[in-house]
Amino acid sequence: MAFDIFLLEVILSGLMTGVMYALVALGFVLIFKASGIFNFAQGVMALFAALALYDFLAEDGWFFAVFGFTLPVWLAIPATIVVMIVLAWVIERTVLRFLVKQNEIILFMATIGLAFVLEGLGDILFGSDVKPLDIGIPQGASDWLLDSFNLYLEKLEIFAAGTAAVLVVVLAIFFQRTRIGRALRAVADDHQAALSVGISLDKIWVIVWSVSGIVALVAGIMWGSKSGVQFSLSLIALKALPVLILGGFTSVPGAIVGGLIIGVGEKLAEVYIGPMVGGAIENWFAYMLALGFLLFRPQGLFGERIIERV
Amino acid sequence: MFYRESGQLKSSYPADQAIFPIAQDRWFVIGVLAAAFLVIPLFINQYWANAVLLPFLVYALAALGLNILTGYCGQVSLGTGAFMAVGAYASFKLVGFFPELNFLIVLALSGVITAVVGMIFGLPSLRIKGFYLAVATLAAQFFLVWMFNKVGWFYDYNLTGMITVRPIDFFGIRITGPEATPAAKYLFTLTVVCVLALSAKNIVRGRIGREWMAIRDMDIAAELIGIRPLQAKLSAFAVSSFYIGVAGALYFAVYLGAVEPVEAFDINQSFYVLFIIIIGGLGSVLGAFLGSAFIVLVPILLKNIMVGGMGFDSGMAGHVEILLMGMLIIFFLIVEPHGLARLWQIAKEKLRLWPFPH
Repeated sequence: MAFDIFLLEVILSGLMTGVMYALVALGFVLIFKASGIFNFAQGVMALFAALALYDFLAEDGWFFAVFGFTLPVWLAIPATIVVMIVLAWVIERTVLRFLVKQNEIILFMATIGLAFVLEGLGDILFGSDVKPLDIGIPQGASDWLLDSFNLYLEKLEIFAAGTAAVLVVVLAIFFQRTRIGRALRAVADDHQAALSVGISLDKIWVIVWSVSGIVALVAGIMWGSKSGVQFSLSLIALKALPVLILGGFTSVPGAIVGGLIIGVGEKLAEVYIGPMVGGAIENWFAYMLALGFLLFRPQGLFGERIIERV
Repeated sequence: MFYRESGQLKSSYPADQAIFPIAQDRWFVIGVLAAAFLVIPLFINQYWANAVLLPFLVYALAALGLNILTGYCGQVSLGTGAFMAVGAYASFKLVGFFPELNFLIVLALSGVITAVVGMIFGLPSLRIKGFYLAVATLAAQFFLVWMFNKVGWFYDYNLTGMITVRPIDFFGIRITGPEATPAAKYLFTLTVVCVLALSAKNIVRGRIGREWMAIRDMDIAAELIGIRPLQAKLSAFAVSSFYIGVAGALYFAVYLGAVEPVEAFDINQSFYVLFIIIIGGLGSVLGAFLGSAFIVLVPILLKNIMVGGMGFDSGMAGHVEILLMGMLIIFFLIVEPHGLARLWQIAKEKLRLWPFPH
């Protein structure tokens, strides 16, 4: 019985970690769907958003230095969203606009360059030390689960799972039910056809980068609350990549399901296989798992079927 | 006025197929090589060898390898760092097993071992394409580095987990370790790189190279005209990994002397080499050298300007350096997405018409 509880605990905590990965992967998917850009800077965007948020909240930030007061959480988050929208606009104006119709690898490299710029900028503006981010998300183990089912789960992870669920529902409504959402789907389907019915690509790209900036902010808040805001936050992008290829680059549900599979698989492997081969396998296990899936479905679990014509 | 092919008539097929059909090009390259082999060794010192020339040559060789795979065969790989690690560890173990073996043979064998590993990790490319493949090669990156870090056999169970090169003599001249002179290290690396660059140039303009390019441009169409994708893709992975493996062995044995896998071969190394070929020019042998020079020299230049010239402290300079590198990369991609090699070509076109461009 004790063993079963342990297994359940491992699976549940894997699911929760998976949700955190899925949050990052979601940002990737949004941008890839709308513009075909594989945005490597997504992880750094999460870091940047978390840094900006910290800056509004803390007394050692620029904001306090300039205005002499800090913002409450409910104001700081919208302020950070504004920062991310401005960032999206700047990126569109200075980078993307000039790279339309380039080869996808060129765009990919440009986003790596962007990741460098954001990383350097974040360090220069906000300093590179670890910052604790506390916006009032409950911390510690959930007492109720611990008492009634003897399960150990972090409150933060449960909260993250709830937030992710809300986020996915909101995104789904946004994509399916609003005018802008329809325009986004049109662009994702076919750039030129979308242009010819009068959808402005520039605007759509700004919107999409803003939305994924906001998703990055959510991911940044969750990871930042979990382990502090620091440079390693940008490395979660590397964690999200296997999630992406597992779920398919173009599918929002794929990002979620992929995240869950990777999270659970990683935790199980860590507990049951890790000790046999000397540990620290979580760096590559996710990739191997994703690779195994890819051999059977080269477009990922939910990706669009790749049709090739000569 | 001076750079013009008029009057240079070819009277035989070999002359027509020469790598440098224009005499001015030929003399220019011969001049550069002569300077590299005869003049630089006279002036070389420890700083120049370790900070500029050796990294330039080693990264150029690795970029050459990646360019074969990505630039010529169209398969994006993010596993370069790990394949360099394979070459480095192969050379380490080989020198350990056969201390008497000529170092050239050790290099070649390290390359072959890396080629085999590269082919194994290239197998998914037959089924997976584009970014899916790029991410799949990350599996190689993380798995191999983890393996070199965890399995004691690879680093001879020493406590630090590092591998340190043994002193190696090449025809009586010490080429590795602290006792080797900078000139010896430099000349040895330069020779290897030149020979391999020449063969790369000849491979890519031959039958195999054309098969790779056909696969790159459209693999289904290539299959229809009778190119076997299995053979073409795996041979690209093999040749590319061979080059990267040799580069890794030189990187470890000649350039650094001692490496620790997690730092020396991490994913940034893979991106670094990818930057080199993008900035230098995809699908160009010359591009690998130009890109390598750019990527090695610019950070040194930036650091010297900022720390020496403007008095930044080194931490701040590091941040600014990352920022500026990112901006430069984006700038270059916007201005010339085909890389420095393309700029060079444009310059030559202009030079042909100079001074009467109309």
